[in-house]
Amino acid sequence: MAGVVLKDIRKAYGQVKVLHGIDLDIRQGEFVVFVGPSGCGKSTLLRMISGLESITGGEMFIDGQLVNEVPPSRRGIAMVFQSYALYPHMTVYDNMAFGMRIAKESKQEIDRRVRSAAEILQLTPYLDRLPKALSGGQRQRVAIGRAICRNPKVFLFDEPLSNLDAALRVATRIEIAKLNEAMPDTTMIYVTHDQVEAMTLADRIVVLSAGRIEQVGAPLELYERPHNLFVARFIGSPAMNIIPATITETGETTTVSLRGGKSVRLPIATAATEKGKAASFGVRPEDLSIATGDEYLFEGQVSIVEALGEVTLLYIEGLADQEPIIAKIPGILDAKKGHAMRFAADPAKLHLFDAEGKTYRK
Amino acid sequence: MISQVVSAVGVVIAGVFVCALYYWLSDKILQAVFPVPVDNVHAASVNLNRRAMIRPWLFLGPALVLLVVYLVYPVVATFILSFHDRSGGNFVGLSNYRWAIQDAQFRQSIFNNILWLAVVPAACTFFGLVIAVLTDRIWWGNLAKSLIFMPMAISFVGASVIWKFIYEYRGGTDTQIGLLNAVVQFFGGDPQVWISIPFWNNFFLMAILIWIQTGFAMVILSAALRGIPEETVEAAVIDGASGWQIFWKIMVPQIWGTIAVVWTTITILVLKVFDIVLTMTNGQWNTMVLANLMFDWMFRGGGDSGRSAVIALVIMAAVTPIMIWNIRQANKEMGGH
Repeated sequence: MAGVVLKDIRKAYGQVKVLHGIDLDIRQGEFVVFVGPSGCGKSTLLRMISGLESITGGEMFIDGQLVNEVPPSRRGIAMVFQSYALYPHMTVYDNMAFGMRIAKESKQEIDRRVRSAAEILQLTPYLDRLPKALSGGQRQRVAIGRAICRNPKVFLFDEPLSNLDAALRVATRIEIAKLNEAMPDTTMIYVTHDQVEAMTLADRIVVLSAGRIEQVGAPLELYERPHNLFVARFIGSPAMNIIPATITETGETTTVSLRGGKSVRLPIATAATEKGKAASFGVRPEDLSIATGDEYLFEGQVSIVEALGEVTLLYIEGLADQEPIIAKIPGILDAKKGHAMRFAADPAKLHLFDAEGKTYRK
Repeated sequence: MISQVVSAVGVVIAGVFVCALYYWLSDKILQAVFPVPVDNVHAASVNLNRRAMIRPWLFLGPALVLLVVYLVYPVVATFILSFHDRSGGNFVGLSNYRWAIQDAQFRQSIFNNILWLAVVPAACTFFGLVIAVLTDRIWWGNLAKSLIFMPMAISFVGASVIWKFIYEYRGGTDTQIGLLNAVVQFFGGDPQVWISIPFWNNFFLMAILIWIQTGFAMVILSAALRGIPEETVEAAVIDGASGWQIFWKIMVPQIWGTIAVVWTTITILVLKVFDIVLTMTNGQWNTMVLANLMFDWMFRGGGDSGRSAVIALVIMAAVTPIMIWNIRQANKEMGGH
């Protein structure tokens, strides 16, 4: 079982605590993505798994072996860096062969592994080139090839696509997905702040914030059943709309009164003690629709219309605290700035969070 | 005092004014010579083109004249002098060159120069690189760097005077005041007249230049080391390279261009080394170098412009190719990134 197990992993730089006890169990062959806003500690956590950062507290196991004090090269990992980190003075071939040469592998074995990695990544015509003679996408493929040559148990990716332009990013993302399929026994850990990468690549996503895990789960699980307000707002684009509300009725279903006076009933059970408490009512932009009958969720004036063709984004001011409410309506819409519109939503797709931001479970 | 300041300020102002006047006046003349008639478009465009062609040369003119007078003319004059006798009056053909090939002291100087070339640039670059790496990792690194860089601010003659005290020898029963002799005596050795020990004394003189130039090499290489992407080092750590392997296989190759520039810059300096030898030994005890020999022949014993011109040309011939390569390399370093 070449999994990665983290037990109460902590990191501090002097007095500054960066990670506050991370518990995580990554199974062999799993593709796990760490996401979170800048400074949440996701890159630090990855670098601790790689061994480039020391571990302040807790225990880390790779393939069942305690690796806290094991140097990076003995952990059975390979890492792909955001900046590619190719050795600029070496050819593509030498870049991929460097690690094996250090490990004193035989010439034939080195050649075999480099050529097979180059074959997988379509780099064979470029083996004699220096990195500076390659495009960004090719450089990142070389970096991935160098990692493959190490024959790692665990593959680490540190924002590998963020230096590429949009088109290449999609192409390379698909290549990484294929690579993952081709290496079913290799565990992959991937850090990104791009939720599209996270949603499309991951078996499981780990959402981090301020040095803590907010939620771990499959991509759609995070989307449909976020544990708290942070995850709800972080997954999905545009972010989930949040409207301040007060709980007025509890029981099998819950009724809340939204700011602006409208009452909404949600199929969420709450305890009687919750009655009268402040809460946050959440609905995703894509779950909103334009109300046809008298049943509607809220009413508002459109302040901005963004027509993207496939969808139309409507911005409604005044209901939420600071940000406008956004509605994502499929297709092209005849809506103009200043129109008063009514919006409805499927009650099953509504979310409710308590004052601390925790989700009321359905 | 006041009057000197006033006249200096006056000269500066007048100089700037005269320059501005030159540019303005020369441009005016250019416009008068190539007028731009309003009614003839063809003539106007031809003259505008001509103006654009001539103007740079006009503005560069004074600087080019000064360059020719102070650089090109002396080279040509030296070349001509090398075929004349000691007074520069009579043509003697190649006899000065023939003399140089056979002269024992000239050969000694060539040998010593080669020795300097072999040791000093290598030692400066090596120590500079090692110190740059070591000081990068310690909290008092910047202080150490400042101390090592400081000799750069001392003139070669001043540095030689300092080192004269280090190598100082007192005869008879006098107390030894030289640092080196003090150390030697502390360990039970006998004091020596260090700078008069043939062959080895060359190295004692080289130590002075190394002491001065290591700071230069260190500063340049330290900047280059900081330019190495940290990720390439981390990637090498993951690849399993040891500290030694990372230094030689990852870091040094990435700053190779800078190392070459530092090396050649010091090489050029070494080829011209003069002050240190003049101050320390004046070429006695087999420490003569070319620049000092040239100076000797030119200004001592009545002077011999022919022979010293030959030595000057030899130095120039040695420096020029390295200089060209050095400039190309430096340009490449700057343009490469």
